[in-house]
Amino acid sequence: MLLHDTALIYGRCLRQSLRSRFALLFGLLMPMLYLLFFGPLLTGLPLGGRGSSWQVLVPGLLLQLGLFGASFAGFAIIIEKGHGVVDRMRVTPVSRLALLLGRVLRDATVFVFQAVLLVLAAVAMGLRAPLAGVLIGFVFVALLTVSLAALSYALAMRMDTPQGFGPAINALTMPSMLLSGLMLPMTLGPAWLDALSHLMPLRYLVDAVRDAYVGAYATGHMLLGSLVATGFALLAVTVGTRVFRTAGA
Amino acid sequence: MAIISTVSLARTFRTKSGTVQAVRGIDLTVREGEIVGLLGPNGAGKTTTLRMLTTLLAPTGGAATVAGHDLVKDPASVRRACGYVAQSGGVDPQLTVREELVTQGRMYRLGRARAAERARELAHELDLTDLLDRPCAALSGGRRRRLDIAMALLHEPRLLFLDEPTTGLDPAGRTALWDLVRRLRDDHGTTVVLTTHYLDEADALCDRLVVVDGGTVVAEGTPAALKLRYAGSADASLQDAFLALTGRSAAPADPAPVAV
Repeated sequence: MLLHDTALIYGRCLRQSLRSRFALLFGLLMPMLYLLFFGPLLTGLPLGGRGSSWQVLVPGLLLQLGLFGASFAGFAIIIEKGHGVVDRMRVTPVSRLALLLGRVLRDATVFVFQAVLLVLAAVAMGLRAPLAGVLIGFVFVALLTVSLAALSYALAMRMDTPQGFGPAINALTMPSMLLSGLMLPMTLGPAWLDALSHLMPLRYLVDAVRDAYVGAYATGHMLLGSLVATGFALLAVTVGTRVFRTAGA
Repeated sequence: MAIISTVSLARTFRTKSGTVQAVRGIDLTVREGEIVGLLGPNGAGKTTTLRMLTTLLAPTGGAATVAGHDLVKDPASVRRACGYVAQSGGVDPQLTVREELVTQGRMYRLGRARAAERARELAHELDLTDLLDRPCAALSGGRRRRLDIAMALLHEPRLLFLDEPTTGLDPAGRTALWDLVRRLRDDHGTTVVLTTHYLDEADALCDRLVVVDGGTVVAEGTPAALKLRYAGSADASLQDAFLALTGRSAAPADPAPVAV
């Protein structure tokens, strides 16, 4: 039943997204700008890791795509709430988990699609990375998207107007990006900054994807990153499902 | 046979400005095949009561049995047996009427073919066939409301909840909707519970009225009985009865003309 319900909601949400070119491409702008205009600045710099500067930057840009894109997923639900669609669905026997999963899986699909486009552009700019590493990167994008979209929906369900939502998300995403070392590795900075960054779940994800991009698959970073990504996703989906169950309170 | 039976159903909200007791203890019994109206001024707790009975909101007190299932312990079964039409509906304006109807049917666990068949049946019954492939945004007023009702009927529920179904409709639309509600009960045996603050609607449509004010039931009975008991005579207006019961009128006079 859960599979049927999730597939139903996923299909509906995906059809809605496919109708709008804006919805399909909106998360790409920021990472593309960084790729095209910031990336070339790094090619001569000593960044500390193995591999080229692209192999250091692109993993960060992939996660930046997930971070800034999926965090704003909640806007769609605020609009649906306004139309009465969310309550209408909650009155049917559809599983509450499916109401969330269908949506976050749609978001994961859309952002992995954008991630593929981003990587293709990066290859054109000079990225060379092992295929397995690139695919692992996409898996992390999917997991991050599921986590952040779920939390974004949970927050949006509790907000009555869109006005407060944007600023709240903005206040969280920029510091997250900077503190996680998405643009440049935190190891380049002073010890206190590096230590602070270890409080950010994203730090572990970007370290794991950077390892994948140089072909190092069996590292401590990869293990930690996988655990954090999966744990974060499970926690976020649990929180999100509860909000769909008790909304209106 | 009681299809709804509640005992001291209550709901308290915690807001920034303190707790709000929206519903203070409602005892409600609805028999199968009745058309029952929850009548009361704005803010009386009618919509909150309806949202609790349709499992959208968990009660903070009391108990209820809806369509033979405990509301709190088995909400999924309650959902299977009920249909709900919110005050402002619930369709996505960008999607077509057909798509919304079919997806809704499948959310009620109808098979793909059966959902498509039900969508066609309901479109025919509710005079929406020409609009099946138009986007929902293209419908206005009465048609939109008929679509909202169709969305709630795909799974042939025994019980239909309507929240202020004729608010915002023109007089022709209102009478058409009343006819539709009567047809649902007469042809399909559907029990209908609706909320309203329109006294003419309560009088014309409902077999029985439950007057709600301040979160509790202040009176109940047939429209004729209420008029007799509270306004002195069965020929009095429901307005007088309501005034006597709650000390104020139900709603500002409807500015729409009586006849077009």
